[in-house]
Amino acid sequence: MSLWEYANPVKFMALSGRVLPVLTILSAMLLVSGLIWGFFFTPHDYKQGATVKIIFLHVPAAMMAINAWVMMLVASLIWLIRRHHVSALAAKAAAPIGITMTLIAIATGAIWGKPTWGTYWEWEPRLTAFVILLVFYLGYIALWEAIEDKDTAADLTSILCMVGSVFAVLSRYAVNFWSQGLHQGASLSLDKEQHVDNAFYFPLLVCIGAFVLLFITLVLLRTRTEIRLRRANALANRGRSHG
Amino acid sequence: MKSLFLRDIKLAFRSGGGFGLTLAFFLIVILFVPLGVGADSAILARIAPGILWIGAILSCLLSLDRIFQLDFEDGTLEALATSPLPLESIAASKAAAHWITTGLPLTLIAPLLAYLLQMPSSGYIWLIASLLIGTPALSFIGTFAAAVTVGVKRGGLLLSLLVLPLYIPTLVFGAQTVIRATVSLDPMPALLLTTGISLFSIALMPFACAMALKVNLK
Repeated sequence: MSLWEYANPVKFMALSGRVLPVLTILSAMLLVSGLIWGFFFTPHDYKQGATVKIIFLHVPAAMMAINAWVMMLVASLIWLIRRHHVSALAAKAAAPIGITMTLIAIATGAIWGKPTWGTYWEWEPRLTAFVILLVFYLGYIALWEAIEDKDTAADLTSILCMVGSVFAVLSRYAVNFWSQGLHQGASLSLDKEQHVDNAFYFPLLVCIGAFVLLFITLVLLRTRTEIRLRRANALANRGRSHG
Repeated sequence: MKSLFLRDIKLAFRSGGGFGLTLAFFLIVILFVPLGVGADSAILARIAPGILWIGAILSCLLSLDRIFQLDFEDGTLEALATSPLPLESIAASKAAAHWITTGLPLTLIAPLLAYLLQMPSSGYIWLIASLLIGTPALSFIGTFAAAVTVGVKRGGLLLSLLVLPLYIPTLVFGAQTVIRATVSLDPMPALLLTTGISLFSIALMPFACAMALKVNLK
């Protein structure tokens, strides 16, 4: 019994079909309880007031935006090395979720930024890095859409994901360098985890857990859709060649 | 490999002045800047380094889809792939030829355009150095993106969308080199980082490029 058995689409479908309802309920419960705890049962920040509570959406979304890319990278490598179709489809399935998380992170950040920093948008390293992440996602998804042959598309997007990951990390450090070059000393630290009080910390952990589960649920769901879509296409093609 | 390299350079020179088009495009981009933001020389001087780098990147982008497209369509690329020459060498040679016909001329014309944009004189030597060192990265990364999109019909727009994010580190370090020189900071760290990106791209992009070509040729 090894993990690789689930690379077989039939086994994957059977297992994911059984796991999915449980995961759905679990992530919904965690999300609802985490957000309610965060929004209604935590004290107001003495400086930021109630606006601080957007942290419960902002931080998990931002984390998942990056983690989704990492997951895509791992899935792409598994496809390139072991040629499991499920892996390639999972990478494809994760991309739109990742881009949505990126947009949520940027949007909630902007909403949070207005009352606390006085601006919706600032060319600050971390914000800029998220826009860069967004364009990397866009390129990856566009490449999937552009190539008709499915295996070629899986190969090329995997290579792009691999190369893109290297350059995304380089861009992250380049952006740090760039911003220091423009305004020295002025730094807006977003590293709230270090300062955050326990009253915020635990609901935040619940929310992060909820987002992780939500991500897994959505990836499984979308991967299943992709597998079914491919089966349907195969059947349609077979019908056409016989008819 | 040498003959392939020379052939690509000759083709670039002969096919309707691909070389001249790139430079003309660069000139037009630079001409647009004063027309767009106004002729205030203080503003122009301040934004000149960034504009020159962005202009160079956009001009470089223009000729990327030609690297493999024609050879792919008429079967030359397939013939090359079956030759004893490894695909990695073909990719490297193509990228080098692209640099000779775009990156190098762009570097040579950049000081003239910098003068038009009233760039402070302390930046010239760093502008030339950063472009000379940085544009090979543009060619090698661009060749990779060209290899990925070679099978896509009318892939020019897709190619831009794929390659521009990959250019971000080169742009940042390259432009920072010149900016730092013009505001009398030490430009050396930025130049060294540009060199790093460039060497990294030259060393590794041919392998990624060959991987993508293999997929597209199978």
